[in-house]
Amino acid sequence: MKFKKYIIIFSSILLLTSTEIRASDECFEGTSRAIFKFNMALDNAIIEPIAKGYNKLPEQIKNGTSNFTSNIATLLSIPNLLAQGNMKGAGDATASFLINTTIGIIGLANPAEKLGLKAQKEDVGQTLGAYGVGPGCYFVLPVLGPTTARDSVGIIADTFVDPFAHVTWREKELFGASGNQLDYLSVKGATAVDFRADNEVNFDSLEKNSIDLYASYKSLYLQNRENKINNSSESENDWGNLDN
Amino acid sequence: MKKAFSIIVLFLLIFQSSFASTYSSDPQTFVKEMVNDAINTLSNKNLTNEEKANFVENLAIDNVDINALGLYTLGELRKSADKGNLEKYQRTFEKYFLKSLTSRLTDYSSNKFEVISSEKKSSNYTIVKSKIAKSENQPEIKIDWRIYTKNPEKPLIRDLIVEGLSLARTQKEEFASILSSNNNDINILITKLEEFLNN
Repeated sequence: MKFKKYIIIFSSILLLTSTEIRASDECFEGTSRAIFKFNMALDNAIIEPIAKGYNKLPEQIKNGTSNFTSNIATLLSIPNLLAQGNMKGAGDATASFLINTTIGIIGLANPAEKLGLKAQKEDVGQTLGAYGVGPGCYFVLPVLGPTTARDSVGIIADTFVDPFAHVTWREKELFGASGNQLDYLSVKGATAVDFRADNEVNFDSLEKNSIDLYASYKSLYLQNRENKINNSSESENDWGNLDN
Repeated sequence: MKKAFSIIVLFLLIFQSSFASTYSSDPQTFVKEMVNDAINTLSNKNLTNEEKANFVENLAIDNVDINALGLYTLGELRKSADKGNLEKYQRTFEKYFLKSLTSRLTDYSSNKFEVISSEKKSSNYTIVKSKIAKSENQPEIKIDWRIYTKNPEKPLIRDLIVEGLSLARTQKEEFASILSSNNNDINILITKLEEFLNN
């Protein structure tokens, strides 16, 4: 099992080290398109119906779930903000986590936001990007969706850096807190459903209006990762000579 | 009575459409006036879907730089494509754009819209920042409008950047994917667009 993991990490690093590869390049497009089809079928059969049901729940329950999962995600952001040298961000995220976990009743409420503390979401993929590691080639993972060579390394590394994953996925005690893999999967599942439910209209609209849905998702994923790494919400201007 | 009301509404709609170009030349006010106009019209239950589609088409033709958008989404191929094919592509792209725009605007028309600020990037571009309010199945969405202001009297929309994601760039990369898997054959792209129009 451990050996398998190291093989995955090693191959990902190999993919990363190829400086010629741009994010728009595919690692294995045919396979990725097949996995994408599988993911879409999974979404239609399971995730979308759950998300639609979730959207019918009272607003308080949806907000509570969203706050709870966001608060847990802050635990991954803190070490990444520190690694990026963003001390203010790390301080704000720590304060946000402590306030929401205590006053906000295990993160169900978000009083920290009312105090002006908005935790920035960061992961290892973004930290690698901030250090200048290129995205490498693009591919699609079963269930998890679009990724790049760099971000797939990040996904694995996240489980080592994230204190929540340490306690739940690795089942190791930390400051007296303990958990199991089911806790980890439940929180990740709830995060996915909350995201899917929040974007019901966007997903439907994209599906209706795309002539190559795979390429649309790829473009949106890559733009989103670029923005997150640059901590910017501005799209690049590449209108070039059409301006004249 | 109902018929008379429908005629008045239709008259107002035609009147409004024919004066669509009277939106303000200030980019921020231009976006505000145009979107509010679109939301009011698209949420009007007395109008048929055809009337709404006609309204959106007129609105887009007058206020979106569809020609530049078509060329932009074609990428580098616009420089090497045969003139006849390019013209055919532009015609098909316009129809495709209008159909998908109608669908997209209908999807979002029930939400509350607010223009926040604007930032002049250059003499050619102003970015207008806006947001769509949170609704039952949609969080708050930030939308930036890339407004082309080369002619200051007639601002034109070139791109919508939704939560930092450019719709024009997404479209361009979608088309690039189709072209690269079909030997950069513009006719295949035109066929795909026509298939979309016929569905």
